[in-house]
Amino acid sequence: MIDINNVSKWYGQFQVLTDCSTRINKGEVVVVCGPSGSGKSTLIKCVNGLEPFQSGTILVDGTSVGAPKTNLPKLRSRVGMVFQHFELFPHLSITENLCLAQMKVLGRNHEEAHNKGLQLLDRVGLKAHAEKFPGQLSGGQQQRVAIARALAMDPIAMLFDEPTSALDPEMINEVLDVMTQLAAEGMTMMCVTHEMGFARRVAHRVIFMDHGQIVEDAAKDEFFGSPRSERAQQFLSKILQH
Amino acid sequence: MIDWQLIADNRELLVEGMLYSLKLTGTAMLGGIVIGCLLALARLSSFKPLSLFAAFYVNLFRSVPLVLVIFWFYFLIPYFGFQIGPDKSVFITFTLFEAAYYSEIIRAGIQSISRGQVSAAYALGLTYPQTMRYILLPQAFRNMLPVLLTQTVVLFQDTSLVTIIGIKDFMGSNVVVASNNSAMTEMYTFAALAYFCVCFPVSLMLKRLHKRIAVIR
Amino acid sequence: MTLNLNWGILLEESATGDGPYWTLLATGLQWTLATALTGWVIALLVGSIVGVLRTLPYRPLALLGDIYVEVFRNIPLLVQLFFWFFVWPEVVPQEIGRWMKQDMPYPEFITAALGLGWFTAARVAEQVKSGILSLPRGQKNAALALGFSLPQTYRLVILPQAFRVVIPPLTSEFMNIFKNSAAALAIGLTELTFQMKQMVEYSNEVIVSIAAVTTIYMTLAFAVNRGMAWLEKKARVPGMIGGGR
Repeated sequence: MIDINNVSKWYGQFQVLTDCSTRINKGEVVVVCGPSGSGKSTLIKCVNGLEPFQSGTILVDGTSVGAPKTNLPKLRSRVGMVFQHFELFPHLSITENLCLAQMKVLGRNHEEAHNKGLQLLDRVGLKAHAEKFPGQLSGGQQQRVAIARALAMDPIAMLFDEPTSALDPEMINEVLDVMTQLAAEGMTMMCVTHEMGFARRVAHRVIFMDHGQIVEDAAKDEFFGSPRSERAQQFLSKILQH
Repeated sequence: MIDWQLIADNRELLVEGMLYSLKLTGTAMLGGIVIGCLLALARLSSFKPLSLFAAFYVNLFRSVPLVLVIFWFYFLIPYFGFQIGPDKSVFITFTLFEAAYYSEIIRAGIQSISRGQVSAAYALGLTYPQTMRYILLPQAFRNMLPVLLTQTVVLFQDTSLVTIIGIKDFMGSNVVVASNNSAMTEMYTFAALAYFCVCFPVSLMLKRLHKRIAVIR
Repeated sequence: MTLNLNWGILLEESATGDGPYWTLLATGLQWTLATALTGWVIALLVGSIVGVLRTLPYRPLALLGDIYVEVFRNIPLLVQLFFWFFVWPEVVPQEIGRWMKQDMPYPEFITAALGLGWFTAARVAEQVKSGILSLPRGQKNAALALGFSLPQTYRLVILPQAFRVVIPPLTSEFMNIFKNSAAALAIGLTELTFQMKQMVEYSNEVIVSIAAVTTIYMTLAFAVNRGMAWLEKKARVPGMIGGGR
């Protein structure tokens, strides 16, 4: 589903990604972790072309992201993305947030979009808030709306860029629950996150990145059981202490 | 100090002058915001020639006095063979001049919206024009509305400068009445008072609006 | 049509009888500079006082400051200049009025500099006030707690900080005063734009006159910008708000 081959990226002289390769199969849940500044967020943003990269290729369902003739908006409309800071559109109501892209990008009519939106809002447990504005919801609620917004596009895969790191601790679980449910339904997911509990429960594979490189790419049990690299071991011991 | 009888006798001229000033303000505001918006987008564009052109335009108009620009067009338009008369040509002058100022306000407004909003819109598959139209500009305009309107009050005051090239805007009409009746003291005091009575309530309202919008954000 | 640009016109004798055209522009520039700089000194002095007044805990004084700012900001500059030039001598006591009309030297210049100064003072006051309000409240309390009087607190603690905060917004006001000085041609000040108008009317060299004067204004704007950037850098305090390193 997502094929990343030898991707490298520079900001001027500074190399942020070095030769990253991995593959995410249909229905697979992959967690990407690593210390901050390791390039994991950059990598996930390359997958839907939000960040350009200078060498290598990324194929999403057979379409090359970096190719000049690729219709990026079309490709992005098929890949859902959830951001660290939610990025709901504050000037639009929750319903409008859910409907806008369905109508403008997929060309659905208002009724269709509205029904779809409400159905997904119900699924993340927020149907009662449909007419509110993003600023009136808590962080956890906003992030659940953001997930519903992405799902409304009927994506073939979902990208999560640190979806819980801007949340207060008591709100993290409500978001992780939605993600867990999604994984159980067979959604293809690539998640940048520090939530190792989530990784243990839900992920099929874990990718560990450091200094712009994929250091470790292993099945979940293997990764948590006996990480091969020293850096991954150090990282795990730091993050699992508490 | 104010001769109300004289003002009543000349009310038609004065009202017409005020209408001219308001029309000039309205036109320059609408035209200026539209062109200013295009300039702001051009300036933020990653296509170098476009952003350089916009930067040059804005810096040029912001470095010179409005009075000078009024004279540019006053002399240049007939020089290039267009005989449209100064009272029409200042509509072009003010629109182009104000566009430079509005564009800086709009640019700041756009830049006040976080990059994440653009990323989120793109991630949903919206194109650049859609992102601008549905996500960025509506938010940016809400944030900058008070500043845009404050600039419009400044613009309204600046329209009085067309008096210099003999146009009968509100101030120009006062000058005419003053010199026809040798009543400078009375008419210029009245003009100052009238401008104040128009601008002060609007400024006051804008201050409230500014506070309210600050709260919403 | 063809553009016939005669750049040599600048060196030719002007029809006004004041020497070659370039001297016309030079005189204009001198008046522009003199008016703007004098006006700026007045604006800084009056504006600082009014700005401070507006932050004082004495309601009547603060109100006085507010009234000043509202009056001067809500009447167009041109109308203010007309008022000071034509109306003011009529309303002051007769003796002074007569002196202003007959014996005051350079009446256009003095009126323009004062008018421009008072007008700009309202804008300076606005910046000074918000500069003072942007400082942490603790600063004033700390100074008062150390036993400083209120005037000492302002002079030694608040104003030195506030002025650093307001340098960037004052830069644009300083630039504006040069541009606004052009409005004084309406009361007969022979500043730069006035001289351009003269030159166009006497020489018919529209493009050359416009290009020359526009270049001077742009150079002026550039110089002001650089100068204020230098000042800002000099006044910077390491680690203070907006100071950086």
